[in-house]
Amino acid sequence: MSPKTLYDKIWDAHVAHEAEDGTCLLYIDRHLVHEVTSPQAFEGLRMTGRKVRAPEKTIAVPDHNVPTTLDRAKGIENEESRIQVDALDKNAKEFGVHYYPVSDVRQGIVHIVGPEQGWTLPGMTVVCGDSHTATHGAFGALAHGIGTSEVEHVLATQTLIQKKSKNMKVEITGKLKPGVTAKDITLAVIGETGTAGGTGYVIEYCGEAIRDLSMEGRMTVCNMAIEGGARAGLIAPDETTYAYVKGRPHAPKGAQWDAALNWWKTLFTDEDAVFDKVVTLKAEDIQPVVTWGTSPEDVLPITGTVPFPEDFKGGKVDAAKRALEYMGLTAGQKLTDIEIDTVFIGSCTNGRIEDLRAAAAILKGKKIAVKRAMIVPGSGLVRAQAEEEGLADIFIEAGFEWRLAGCSMCLAMNPDQLAEGERCAATSNRNFEGRQGYKGRTHLVSPAMAAAAALTGKLTDVREMM
Amino acid sequence: MDKFDKLSGIAAPMPLVNIDTDMIIPKVFLKSIARTGFGKNLFDEMRYNRDGSEIADFVLNKPAYRDAQILVAGDNFGCGSSREHAPWALADFGIKAVVSTSFADIFYNNCFKNGILPIVLPQEAVDVLMQDAEKGANARMEIDLEAQTVTTSEGESFAFEVDSFKKHCLMNGLDDIGLTMEKAASIDTFEAQAAQSRPWV
Repeated sequence: MSPKTLYDKIWDAHVAHEAEDGTCLLYIDRHLVHEVTSPQAFEGLRMTGRKVRAPEKTIAVPDHNVPTTLDRAKGIENEESRIQVDALDKNAKEFGVHYYPVSDVRQGIVHIVGPEQGWTLPGMTVVCGDSHTATHGAFGALAHGIGTSEVEHVLATQTLIQKKSKNMKVEITGKLKPGVTAKDITLAVIGETGTAGGTGYVIEYCGEAIRDLSMEGRMTVCNMAIEGGARAGLIAPDETTYAYVKGRPHAPKGAQWDAALNWWKTLFTDEDAVFDKVVTLKAEDIQPVVTWGTSPEDVLPITGTVPFPEDFKGGKVDAAKRALEYMGLTAGQKLTDIEIDTVFIGSCTNGRIEDLRAAAAILKGKKIAVKRAMIVPGSGLVRAQAEEEGLADIFIEAGFEWRLAGCSMCLAMNPDQLAEGERCAATSNRNFEGRQGYKGRTHLVSPAMAAAAALTGKLTDVREMM
Repeated sequence: MDKFDKLSGIAAPMPLVNIDTDMIIPKVFLKSIARTGFGKNLFDEMRYNRDGSEIADFVLNKPAYRDAQILVAGDNFGCGSSREHAPWALADFGIKAVVSTSFADIFYNNCFKNGILPIVLPQEAVDVLMQDAEKGANARMEIDLEAQTVTTSEGESFAFEVDSFKKHCLMNGLDDIGLTMEKAASIDTFEAQAAQSRPWV
């Protein structure tokens, strides 16, 4: 048998039908659903008289529109947002899928709830009408975002029409230096490959620095595979993975656990397997990074200076000019001189317990120097755990708003938005124009870097605070 | 879904690289539970001032391009979110084809579900098409999906690649859920086997 990559193995285990031209029906093990990209899909089923083929493999949770303020039990003020969440409520009940409503303590960002509840397991295929589905690749699951037409297709058939992507290996050798985190790894990789560098590929992240990461860190790395253009990011499961999964509500138990574990242990890239593209970074070369522009590839070490548009080539020259104007920055200025007024810690990239611990370690006993700072835990359970560990008290004493779970200011579909011209150090995943609010300015950073910026009111090298 | 075979239309130049789905349709317009009506908000923040007035120098506001059916765009068009609202907005505006050196994967797939043909060509070809698009309304670009060619107003032709299954569905306006349901027996068989080999799923 020819050697296979991890991606090859998961793919092969899920092909339900293959046409002569290589078009496959890929069987989907878990379908996650949120309120923004699903209403038209459920409506499509209703109009054609179709059913959800596997409601037991379909999990719905509202996250994008939900308010994160403590008074949210009183309902959603914005009418359109309320209609969208109500539609999910109705559809989940009518079609009989698993559902975590806003009132449930387990509610949160779909990509945090899935792993937390044990829905996401190694070797699975996982899809969701959301590009950050890549997150679940941290478990060695083939996970990617789909559009609403495909959501309807999966609801109706439990399959997706797919052609196989190419294999790409991203290896991070050696050990990270203090103050450098999973977020810095994933941003540094995008800085290296560009936002289209992964187009047409599924990435497998490997190497000592990846192995050393917790599951939370691995989820942060895979989450942003999509920002590098890849269909999905994968990390082979290991003891860290099994330890995280074991005992979760929907993880296998007893004899089924043993059977599952036996299979999961075969999920690695064979020694002589061939990758179509390989990128290698040395962990010790990675520094805490920030983005300066309006694309996630606009990454620089915090010690750097804002680049000159002329430093780039082709269409990127004009894009960089536009980005500097949008961001209100001057080429040549030091990144650490950039003043910020808002800090956002949360999102499916960095809204897990380890992220909150990293922020709390910097914030403990100190006060913020920015206009507004908020921490939005990724799920109700993350929030509860942070309160139990005393992290919430640290945040509140520092001057942070301590919110309920949701996507919040990552994409600002709910009231958590930047005002025009406001500048934010954010632990989220996209610094696009208007992403966090009309004419809002976003600098992507790790949770520790966001906390450091909150304390100084400027983009700050967290290593100086450690 | 509308069938796509041949198209002769005005092409609008958008040379900016990394045009993301937040630019194509900002999130404030994702709150609809319908599939239609997004065209008026296509490229909203680039196209309108805050008071709703048009930004005159945005390409689709220029008289020559108001009826454009083709976009010629910079690299990595459609990156970012999976929102199908992006192709819904393009289609609702009247855009039927987009030409670029590359597209983000999810956006690319979403186009085909909505009667839009995304065409990938090398930089040199996109450069020629971009120049042609800059000529305005008098220059009509021709796209022939059957023959897999794009032709400038000057008659210069470029061949493009497209997946045969996607081409077939687009040319015939096929609903792919219906096509997949014809293979229900294969899905049943797979599901039964998987229930044996991976019962924990």
